[in-house]
Amino acid sequence: MITLVVHTDASPYGLHSTYKKTPLKEPETMVKPLRRMKVNQIGRVMAVNAYGELGRRIRDMGLVPGTDVMVVGRAPLKDPVAIRLKGFTMTLRNSEADHIIVETEN
Amino acid sequence: MSRVITVAVAGQPNCGKSTMFNAITGAAARVGNYPGITVERLEGTYRFNDRDIKLIDLPGTYSLTSYSPEEIVARNVIIDERPDVVIDMVDASSLERSLYLAVQLLEMGVPTVVGLNMMDEVRRKGIRIDSKKLAEALGAAVVECVARIGVGKHELMQAAVQLAERAGGAWKPLVFSYGHDLDPVISEMVRRIEAAGFMTDLYPSRWIAVKYLEDDESVIKQGDQFGPLSQELKAMVEVVRRHTEKTLNTYPEALIADYRYGFINSILRRGIFKRTQGLRLDASDQIDRVVTHRVMGPVLMLVVLWLMFYITFHVGSYPQGLMEKGFGLLGGLVGSVIGPGMLQSLLVKGVVDGVGAVLSFTPLILIMFAMLVFLEDLGYMARIAYMLDRVFRVFGLHGASAMPFIMSGGIPGGCAVPGVMCSRTLRSPRERLATIFTAPFMVCGAKTTAYIILTAAFFPRYPSLVMLSLVILAWAVALITARLLRWTVIKGPSTPFVMELPPYRLPTFRGVAIHTWDRVRQFVSKAGTLIFGISVIMWALMSFPQLSPDIAAKFDHERQQLTQQVEALGKGGQPSESGVKEGFEERIQQLDARRDEIALRHSIAGRIGSALEPISRLAGFPWQVNIALIGAFAAKEVFVSTMATAYSMNATAAEENFSLSERLASDPAYTLPVILSLYVFILFYAPCIATLMIIVRESSWSWAVFVLLGSVGFAFALSVSVYQVGSFMLG
Repeated sequence: MITLVVHTDASPYGLHSTYKKTPLKEPETMVKPLRRMKVNQIGRVMAVNAYGELGRRIRDMGLVPGTDVMVVGRAPLKDPVAIRLKGFTMTLRNSEADHIIVETEN
Repeated sequence: MSRVITVAVAGQPNCGKSTMFNAITGAAARVGNYPGITVERLEGTYRFNDRDIKLIDLPGTYSLTSYSPEEIVARNVIIDERPDVVIDMVDASSLERSLYLAVQLLEMGVPTVVGLNMMDEVRRKGIRIDSKKLAEALGAAVVECVARIGVGKHELMQAAVQLAERAGGAWKPLVFSYGHDLDPVISEMVRRIEAAGFMTDLYPSRWIAVKYLEDDESVIKQGDQFGPLSQELKAMVEVVRRHTEKTLNTYPEALIADYRYGFINSILRRGIFKRTQGLRLDASDQIDRVVTHRVMGPVLMLVVLWLMFYITFHVGSYPQGLMEKGFGLLGGLVGSVIGPGMLQSLLVKGVVDGVGAVLSFTPLILIMFAMLVFLEDLGYMARIAYMLDRVFRVFGLHGASAMPFIMSGGIPGGCAVPGVMCSRTLRSPRERLATIFTAPFMVCGAKTTAYIILTAAFFPRYPSLVMLSLVILAWAVALITARLLRWTVIKGPSTPFVMELPPYRLPTFRGVAIHTWDRVRQFVSKAGTLIFGISVIMWALMSFPQLSPDIAAKFDHERQQLTQQVEALGKGGQPSESGVKEGFEERIQQLDARRDEIALRHSIAGRIGSALEPISRLAGFPWQVNIALIGAFAAKEVFVSTMATAYSMNATAAEENFSLSERLASDPAYTLPVILSLYVFILFYAPCIATLMIIVRESSWSWAVFVLLGSVGFAFALSVSVYQVGSFMLG
């Protein structure tokens, strides 16, 4: 469903991306907000569309484009969500996870 | 020759920085406070080969931007105090993220020693780190440590001394590329900064340029005052911001962070850091599958919260009771040594009771903090916040608001002093203020004593039901008030929740002991003196002015006559007259009670209480209640004894035999609307002095004053509505 146009020259490890939607016959990857990831699903951060304090806090934790993440759990009321990345575990609210766009394998 | 070397210890939260600081300095650290934030400033010393090393513990921060007060403080210490060396403790098991702070320190140029902590965990997890290569790549000294057992502390100090001598006070900023979009503009900014000498005495020029690109409020504010170049730099940033937004759909601040991580990654890839799998679950994640499980999680949390509460207040009640008994005895002793009079009253009711009020809290604070620090160091507090955030967010609060509420009396019998103190675990400023405001609404132990007497008087058949309703009312009103506050006074978006779920680690006894001891000592020395001072003032308000000499003489005369009659009877010694003797003694007691009542009414507090009666009548309160409420501001448990005095009854007996309850129950002034209004007012009207002083310590004088006036006004409005509506409905 979606193809990726990736500016690999934008950063040392690529992935400052813009993406456009064009249909594909067999989708291999999905691009979606982190909120919609399922528990145990693995994905890679494509973009962080958060500004100001939220953006800074997210980046301070190392959640930057190119990072692999895995959803390890959700709180008993389904929110916040706990994710694993770079050898540690962090948590953020669903409303905050909306700003993080990930690419997941199908 | 042997100059003192200053070393600041930095590190991200949960990296074991405090553990290492304690291991190095021992328990002899000096505790102070950083201005404006509630994080303690710890200082300690270490002696290394005849060199004295002074260590400063910086607040734990993930980075050195300027969003949180902790970050600004950490940065200012490095800039203003210019330590010879900064030791940056990092959690080596999540090296990539941890080096983010180290890189920012190196960009400032301060000579840095990186302490690779948790090396035991690293080896156990099969991660390989080449610390020699890492040191070369970063241009910093790197020391492997296991802070928990003190491994590496000597080596850290050695590296710090060597680095300090080698650097000789010179700072050499680390420079790496921020990519072809930003590098040219950075070079141009640096050129202009250096040409103008723009804040170059304070900061490295490239660092200033990067901070402008990062939109760093505190540096830009400083720059605005420094000179006109600031406007030029901002204009340049604006141009590049528009450019990156158009071409990369991002902005300079984000790009800089990306390139920092890019730099870290490029270093780590050079065979420095090898791990089997970055996303492999930790033992902690496995534990969390149970501990934060949909059903098991909340159940376990309730057990933990209840246990913590139970231990604090039930185990704590023994030393607290002993302490109170001890001060009671001391008061009695002082009373018997010094004859009745003003001095006796000052010493017993002012000084001894005041000190007693302070110290009777200490066992609670000690036990509560020991457990709180334990749970926090263990990593469980973060899980509580994680599980409860969804609930508390609705009211504009944070998951970590749960603990202050519960401790304050969310389960009846708590105490707002430790409750407000444990709001420290809240890192979000707005949520924290709202929590501090509303936590004292809970049914604390002292309010409970007042409610027991009132309930025995007015609802003798339904004590449990009344208590349960009060607890529900307290929670509901606290949460709704928090919501209202967050919509008005402390308006603003909720602080990002984004936080680490630190791996579970068994806390060291030493770490828990040191932290707990610091808190208790701070309570006694800082808040304690305030509480003591105001207790004495309250005593003065309730004792002065004294009865006029002729009234006092009249009472003295009457009492003397009665005593003489009793003595005359005693000499006779006939057993049949014992009943008559008791009658006389009762008359003496009544006389004393009557005298106390008149004296209380005559005092400043009494006059205020009487003067307020026209206003308090709106809520249905007679002057006796007003005085008791003023007295209860000193400490809520005083309500009952002051009421008793105001009703000419023996103050000490009131709590024991419910005589006050009988008196109130038979008083026609207490109609149902008055009673309900009183219940509501006691619950919400004001935090006691001790709590208020803690609020001063934990926030500010202005917030404490707002809490006081706000809750009195709020409670009064609520009580007036209850009374008026109640009276109207009952005709």
